[in-house]
Amino acid sequence: MRLSYVIRRFLFFLLVMWSAATVLFFVPRLSPINPIRERFAEIQRSTGYAPRDMEQLVKAFEAKFGLNKPLIEQYFDYISGLARGDLGYSLMRYPRTVNELIGQALPWTIGLVTVTTLLTFLIGTAIGALAGWPRSPGWVKGMVTPLMVLAAVPPYLLGLVLIYFIAFRAKLLPLSGAYTTTRFNAPELSLEFLLDVGRHAILPALSLIVASVGFWALGMRGMGVTVLGEDYVNFAEHKGLKQGRIFYWYYVRNAILPQVTGLALAFGSIVSAGILVEYLYGFPGIGSLLNAAIGANDFFVIYGIGMITIFAVGFSMMVVDILYPLLDPRIRYDRR
Amino acid sequence: MQLSIPAQQTSGQPNRWILILRYMRRNKSLVVGLAMLAFLLIFSIGGSLLIDTSTRAYPLAAPAVQPPSPEYPLGTDRDGRDLLAVMARGILLTGSIGVMAGTIGLVVGVIVGFVAGYYGGWIDSVIRWLTEVLMTIPALILQIIIASTIVDKNKVTIFTMAGVASILSWMGTARIVRSQVLTLRERTFVNMAKLSGMGNLEIIFRELMPNMLPYLAASFVGAVMGGIGSSFGLEILGLGPAREPTIGMTIRWAQFHSAIFNRWWWWVLWPSLVLIIIFASLSLINRGLDEIANPRVRRSE
Amino acid sequence: MTSLNGTRSVALQINDLQVTYYTDAGRVKAVDGVSLTLQSGERLGLVGESGCGKSTLALALMQMIKPPGRIESGSAIIYTDDGAVDLLKLSEEEMRQTRLSKISYIPQGAMNSLNPVMRIGAQMLDAMQDHLPRASKRELIERAEHALESVELKRSVFQMYPHELSGGMKQRVCIAIGILLNPKVIIADEPTSALDVVVQRQVMETIRRVQEKINAAVILIGHDMGLMAQVTHRVAVMYAGKLVEVSNVREIFRHPLHPYAQALIRSLPRLKNKGVFHGIPGLAPSLLHLPSGCVFHPRCDRAMEICKIAAPPRSTTPDGRFVSCHLYDEQGNPTTPDQRGMQAHTSPR
Repeated sequence: MRLSYVIRRFLFFLLVMWSAATVLFFVPRLSPINPIRERFAEIQRSTGYAPRDMEQLVKAFEAKFGLNKPLIEQYFDYISGLARGDLGYSLMRYPRTVNELIGQALPWTIGLVTVTTLLTFLIGTAIGALAGWPRSPGWVKGMVTPLMVLAAVPPYLLGLVLIYFIAFRAKLLPLSGAYTTTRFNAPELSLEFLLDVGRHAILPALSLIVASVGFWALGMRGMGVTVLGEDYVNFAEHKGLKQGRIFYWYYVRNAILPQVTGLALAFGSIVSAGILVEYLYGFPGIGSLLNAAIGANDFFVIYGIGMITIFAVGFSMMVVDILYPLLDPRIRYDRR
Repeated sequence: MQLSIPAQQTSGQPNRWILILRYMRRNKSLVVGLAMLAFLLIFSIGGSLLIDTSTRAYPLAAPAVQPPSPEYPLGTDRDGRDLLAVMARGILLTGSIGVMAGTIGLVVGVIVGFVAGYYGGWIDSVIRWLTEVLMTIPALILQIIIASTIVDKNKVTIFTMAGVASILSWMGTARIVRSQVLTLRERTFVNMAKLSGMGNLEIIFRELMPNMLPYLAASFVGAVMGGIGSSFGLEILGLGPAREPTIGMTIRWAQFHSAIFNRWWWWVLWPSLVLIIIFASLSLINRGLDEIANPRVRRSE
Repeated sequence: MTSLNGTRSVALQINDLQVTYYTDAGRVKAVDGVSLTLQSGERLGLVGESGCGKSTLALALMQMIKPPGRIESGSAIIYTDDGAVDLLKLSEEEMRQTRLSKISYIPQGAMNSLNPVMRIGAQMLDAMQDHLPRASKRELIERAEHALESVELKRSVFQMYPHELSGGMKQRVCIAIGILLNPKVIIADEPTSALDVVVQRQVMETIRRVQEKINAAVILIGHDMGLMAQVTHRVAVMYAGKLVEVSNVREIFRHPLHPYAQALIRSLPRLKNKGVFHGIPGLAPSLLHLPSGCVFHPRCDRAMEICKIAAPPRSTTPDGRFVSCHLYDEQGNPTTPDQRGMQAHTSPR
């Protein structure tokens, strides 16, 4: 029963990946813009270098990247490349591949985004659960509104505020980067290095956390209020259970279910927020790479990052879906 | 045994306005949010009437990087824009991007949600599959790809911004509308309407629409927030309307010229503040509307 | 119809209970001056239209009235082996310990009264653990499985989740939980309303059997007079927050005193008047805008002038029936037209 569910979910994941890849393939090709020519135009703008045989160069590079083949052939090349995990070459750092560039940036992003997402989810859900509980003190209930207002503010803006006050004025934490480049030439595995990374990551992480705790708190409180109206909570009280038991086993345990589903749905916006905050703090992850690629018209890197983020989001959603029945016994024998 | 109950009119019953006022007092989010929005609108419309924002909000209208002074109350930026004019105009521009994106999202979302929920069947399955796929693509990523490949970077206007920002803004509305239609469809009054011979579309609009107004209002505000949020993201990454003084572009330029490190604090402060107020007011309004739509949430207050 | 056997001793005594809800639109007396006495082993049916306050009465006994509701006055003395206790005066923690162990509540459990993410067994154990902290787990499991058997469920239900059970089985689980600690009083709030007719009958039978075994008093809340007739000893009729009649089940069906009770009985489908359905004209009044005088008078087919002005007396008839209607005097004897006219002038309450 369980295995077939996992297999079906995995097949759906592949289907989503394929659909998304197809969208990503065709959207740019609907456009009159030629990525190679744009790249040369960008070089021309920034360096003044203007090759006389520009058109020939463009043609040569198109052939190199396979852009002169018929569309359907390009599509198959692209899909089979993706299946092998090959995202092609970077235009701005040619001959380095997109895989190499993303490979360097990805660990930073994964570290930052997973840690902040988990923390945000846990803190927000806990606050929301307490805020929805009738016996909580007033100040806990009152926390949700300001947190919710903060959640409406893009993390980028919050980051800007934090940079200004904490890093720039108070000089408590570093302004940008992921580690002190004057102390370490390259990432290394030492306690000092990790501490240094930690110091650099506090502000980006804080921007992401503070800006979305309210979202989870609000969701949990809303669901909590609904659960409190359920007959089983009512009956639990009629049974003479202790408040602590009702709070955890009846209230939180049920109200958290939609939060977990919501987590799967929120991965997309979490990634979006992460990208902007990384860019703000010059954190050497996907966000900064993406910004550089946009500036340099490096379309292949843009598509590659698109594919990687979609993969990450789709994969995380699949993991949540597969683990969800462990939390909710009703799902086990259900459809899908 | 035919006895009619006399209409009971007790003297102490409060009248309607007092009830509305009492309700407003409890729904503080809505009141505060609307007040903040009114403040922004008065500021920007008043500002646009008092000063010529069509020149002063653009480069070379003033000396560069002046700190706030009596002549330039909010200071000026490095390109010589008067930040007071920029804020007045920027609120309107950013606001209209949001409203346009929100409107597109609302209309598309309502149609898609109604169709999926009311007709069900294969249409519903296709729509659900499409939303599942789109859900996996982070909005910002899709918008970046569209904005960077389809649109020429140097010709971006607020209309293209609204278009790009609205690409995924229909999904939230569609989901809410679909689930609402599904619940309402089960209720008897729709069956009654069907028995009385009303056509499908007539049922949808006559019976379902009024029930859903608070939800629609809330999801419209949500879509406006989404539109402003994603256009802000694109603007930060340099994919915004380079020539227009939207709030997001102002922050983009301030960052681009390292305003913080150069101690031009006013250049960053005002647009950030304005944007925070915009988001705060919209989210408070959204929350207030939500309380109207789901009165149950009120109980925990 | 059954008669009450076994030791007769008072199990619960409710005196002049008053519960008010404070709403935006005004104060609502949901339960207004209700007094009732229950014997051990007795099954009392509490009937009335929805919104008449019967569920509020039950919640008040459990001290589960939530704001904006408030218990204004009255007492509810429960007599247990440990002595007499006023339920309404217990502290929060004392009341928690009293629930389930002395007075238990069986909800309309077919749909949603069980926690969907916990196994049935866990939901039985937690109830006992919070009342008997010293008991060993083995002992409690044995007790839970025994309770399941006593409501005709298999021991294996202990391991199951609520969604794996049918509506009738879930209701039985709720009953099993209700009797885990041998309470003195059981309140069953429309325990069968979500079940189909055959299962209804079986579940009622189960309640009757387990209750007789532990000799608890039962308050059975519902609006199905037919079902009441089969299982209860006495029936209490509520209307707009007030008790209008409390009578032995046999008597209320043969010869109801209060016009509202009469209308309720008349509305029952019978073999004799097959095809003719007698409803009660009008709607139950909004508790916010109660009619003056007797609250039932706008719908009463025997309403008199005095009914519009004065609240009816609370009378106990010589044979121990309670009725609150101007058709009867303080001793419960039918009044003459003369008396009615005089009362209107002398004692407008």
